[in-house]
Amino acid sequence: MTARILIVEDEAPIRRFLRIALEAEGHLVSEAATAHEGLALAAKEAPAAMILDLGLPDADGISVLRGVREWTQMPVLVLSVRSDEAGKIAALDAGAQDYVTKPFSTGELLARLRGLLRDRAVEGGSAFLTLGPLEIDAADHRASLSGEDLRLTRKEFDLLWLLASHAGRLVTQDMILRAIWGPAHAGDSQYLRVYIRQLRAKLGDDAADPRWIFTEPGVGYRLAAG
Amino acid sequence: MPDPARPTPEALLPAARREGRGHLKVFLGAAPGVGKTYAMLQAARSRAAEGTKVLVGVVETHGRAETEAMLRGLDVLPRRPVYHNGRILQEMDTEALIARRPDLALIDELAHSNLSGGQHDKRWQDVEDVLAAGIDVYTTLNVQHVETLNDTVARITGVRVRETVPDSVLEAADEIALIDLSPDELIARLRAGKVYVQDQAARAVANFFAKGNLTALRELAMRTAADRVDAQLQEHMAVHAIEGPWPTQERILVVLPEGSIGRDAVRIAKRSADRARVEWLAVALTSLRAEARAEDSTSPALRLAERLGAEVTVLQADGAAEAELLDFARRHNVRRIVVPRPPIRGFLARRLMPRPQEQVVAGLLRGATRFELTLVTDEDSPGRRTPRAASPSLPDAGRNFALVAGAVAATTLLAVLADRFIPVFSLSLLYMTMVVAVAARLGRWPSVAAAVLSFLVYNVLFTEPRFSLRIWSQGQFLTLLLFLAASILTGNLAARLRDRAILQRAISDRTRKLYDFSRRAAAAASVDDVVWAAVSHVAAVLECDTILLLPDDAGQLAVVGAFPPEDRMEPRETSAARYAYDKGEPAGRGSATLPASRWLFLPLSAAERRIGVLGLTYADGREPAPGDRHLVEALADQVALALERVRLADDLAQSRVLSETERLRVALLSSVSHDLRTPLVSILGAAEGLDQAGLAPDGRAQLVDTIREEGERLDRYIQNLLDMTRLGHGALKPRTTTVDLRELAGAARHRLRGALRDQPVEVAIPADMAPAEVDPVLIEQVLVNILDNARKYAGPRSPIRMSARTERGRAVLVIEDDGPGLPPGAETQVFDMFWRADQGDGGQSGTGLGLAICKGIVEAHGGRIRAEAVHPDGHGTRITLDLPLWNPEVSA
Repeated sequence: MTARILIVEDEAPIRRFLRIALEAEGHLVSEAATAHEGLALAAKEAPAAMILDLGLPDADGISVLRGVREWTQMPVLVLSVRSDEAGKIAALDAGAQDYVTKPFSTGELLARLRGLLRDRAVEGGSAFLTLGPLEIDAADHRASLSGEDLRLTRKEFDLLWLLASHAGRLVTQDMILRAIWGPAHAGDSQYLRVYIRQLRAKLGDDAADPRWIFTEPGVGYRLAAG
Repeated sequence: MPDPARPTPEALLPAARREGRGHLKVFLGAAPGVGKTYAMLQAARSRAAEGTKVLVGVVETHGRAETEAMLRGLDVLPRRPVYHNGRILQEMDTEALIARRPDLALIDELAHSNLSGGQHDKRWQDVEDVLAAGIDVYTTLNVQHVETLNDTVARITGVRVRETVPDSVLEAADEIALIDLSPDELIARLRAGKVYVQDQAARAVANFFAKGNLTALRELAMRTAADRVDAQLQEHMAVHAIEGPWPTQERILVVLPEGSIGRDAVRIAKRSADRARVEWLAVALTSLRAEARAEDSTSPALRLAERLGAEVTVLQADGAAEAELLDFARRHNVRRIVVPRPPIRGFLARRLMPRPQEQVVAGLLRGATRFELTLVTDEDSPGRRTPRAASPSLPDAGRNFALVAGAVAATTLLAVLADRFIPVFSLSLLYMTMVVAVAARLGRWPSVAAAVLSFLVYNVLFTEPRFSLRIWSQGQFLTLLLFLAASILTGNLAARLRDRAILQRAISDRTRKLYDFSRRAAAAASVDDVVWAAVSHVAAVLECDTILLLPDDAGQLAVVGAFPPEDRMEPRETSAARYAYDKGEPAGRGSATLPASRWLFLPLSAAERRIGVLGLTYADGREPAPGDRHLVEALADQVALALERVRLADDLAQSRVLSETERLRVALLSSVSHDLRTPLVSILGAAEGLDQAGLAPDGRAQLVDTIREEGERLDRYIQNLLDMTRLGHGALKPRTTTVDLRELAGAARHRLRGALRDQPVEVAIPADMAPAEVDPVLIEQVLVNILDNARKYAGPRSPIRMSARTERGRAVLVIEDDGPGLPPGAETQVFDMFWRADQGDGGQSGTGLGLAICKGIVEAHGGRIRAEAVHPDGHGTRITLDLPLWNPEVSA
């Protein structure tokens, strides 16, 4: 799977190792060091995905994100620093698909990127997802783990489907609540916490040592990509 | 003298005091025009010729050509212009003079008074500064300006000069050159227009320059110079321990009884002391009653004594003053007592109405058997009414007489009514009762008046023949006399009781004022509190304006409090305050220094340390009465102590904070240099290793691992530093939400999955445990830090156990390891910044921040964190967190 990836990052060493890693994966890489340059390249080259640093010298990374979102839904992976939960959430709200926290492992970044590109591939609207032993059928609302029916309630299924269709990617609490309970319940993390617990129990997942559902404290959840 | 061959310390003192100071040479003359300035310039020229760096600070030529000629070729300091009453005048620029640092400065007219704007009011104070800077000074002085000779000169010439120089300045001079000119020659010079005459003397110039006057002045100047030579000889002998005929340290005491003037007595004592070369003391006697009434006749004399160099004391004495006085004299090794003689009055007057002054003199005559007693006629005494404590003002006397007359009338009415029932002679008891009552209420003299009046009325109305002053029987006459005597006696006794009561009240009032302040000061927690308590209390007690100045960081006195509130002071007052602060002596109004000031400034010092200055002034410009002076001095001591106490407490707290800050700074530096650099060394080393040719694939993988692990370690360290900074700024506000602790434990483990891959972690948190109400991001950080610590100290493959439970409405989270455990007693220290357990070789060092951050975060949640040993032998570490549980009712 070869794709053109745009890296918008002002630190040359980071750009360099990202380029090496991405090219080793067989991708084509464009580099931009400023927000201005990034937007220009995004428009000119129409890359398959963008890796965007939030701290750029000439403008806020979020403004690049908004600029890009005006004409394309291409996946955007944000690079942020820890203890900037507000910045991460703002980026996700502005349309970023996922983030990694600096310093990040190249392996993790590549895995996330693969997830984003795969999403892109399935975006046709398939009603059937397979994540390793987990099989989910949206048509008749059934999910099974290693062939065994999970017997999910309606909401549990919706939750699992939402997470699975973004497998490997972060889904914020806010996104989940809006999608499943409606905009009126946007702040109701209580519901979510209870449903996640139930879903975990049915998946046989241990919150203390998760296999399927990973918690990003204060931000959201991520379903393992298989 | 224990060892006659060795100089006494007292003898060495003057010499030592001059050590490092410049030498002062005074050119002393009898009158203007004798050629002092000329002589001074001449001497200076010859010094300059020897190569001495001479600088003319100020020289008044008064247009004399010969003087101007002498000035030529000498280095002259530019004068400082001073604005005074709309005119620009020239003054000596003392600061510039000192800054130029000449070897020798010429400063003319020592007695000159500076105009406003200078540091000092008097030129001799400037000269002191110059000398203190180690610069030699030549100066000129006329004998009439010497403080103690001022009166004498005024008496001789009829001209009094206001500008005087304290004797001590002249005494401190290292050399005195007498510039002598015979009166005839001086008069000839005067006629030739060669003499400039000062303004003050201009009107009396004819008198002043009379030959008789000049002769007297000349003698005075010569004697002064001779005294000085004598004194130098004495000093020389003392310093070199030459046995000489100087007297032992027996001193002279001048006593100033209440009601005396005593200035002459002070002068005579001073002269005697000078002649005998002994120290002298002055004691003013004052009664509480006089103090309570703010009556004070002796304070000018006392101040004069202070100015003339006496050791000054005020003794409070009521009644037996002489006993206390003689005791004081004995203790101070006094040989001779000088006392002003009271005006002579008749025997009866002395007996019946003794004045304190007479009592003191009589007491001294009786008791001072071992002393030489000198009586000095008190000036202005004959005909002068001594201000007496009991003398009432005129309206008072009128009112008292009316009251007495009323009392007698009332008693008489009662007696007339009672006449029918009781024997006539018993009626006298009615009168006597009334007299005692009058004595108790109005005092001694009204009671005597009442007794005499009663005697007359009783005689007229109740003794046969009635309605006449005549008395028939001898028995009746005697009875009446006895009545009069008894009335006066009992009246006197009652009056004395009344006096005692008044005194007691005055004493207790005073004590109360002091006590009140010490109570207020004790309650004051800050310097500001003490300052406010001080100014308001002194103002209230003395009914004056007060101000308090403390030195700022630059050592400049600044107003810190005043009553009524005021935050600045006139520059003129500042110099008096400065003087009081620098010298530790009172200055300003009513003191020896800068008496023209509106304020009296008292230095505040405690434990040998200058603290500040307390100033007071009365709206009507009077000087504080001596009684008030004592009270305010006692208050000043208390203010100083209170300020010192508060300041010491502040210093202590500050030094604690400082040493804590310093400790942290050192710890941070060593931590940064060590913990930041160690991982970098590994990373750089590994990176270079990767570059080597012929590297085995296994070695390559290890080097890559090293780079990754050390990079992660660096990241954790930086994260810790950032967290600590946020905690330190109080910027950390938990954004709490409901959180499953089991989920949080999972997230923390996930984040540490690299470091913990060989670590068995056992989690015993019930899946259905009630959620906690915490900030998930921060508490995850806490768990990461604790787990990382456990891994580091317990070592790889050593198990870590996490468990949680609810307890009394709180979530309790426990993390245990089986490592070596904490050093005994370190259970609280582990949470200090940069604390770390000592590790042997090979142990991985921590940053000493992890647990401090945990503590900060947990406490920001209103929770608690503690550390303890797991096993009884001290092995294993258990960290227990206490966190708030989710409360559905509150959140809903």
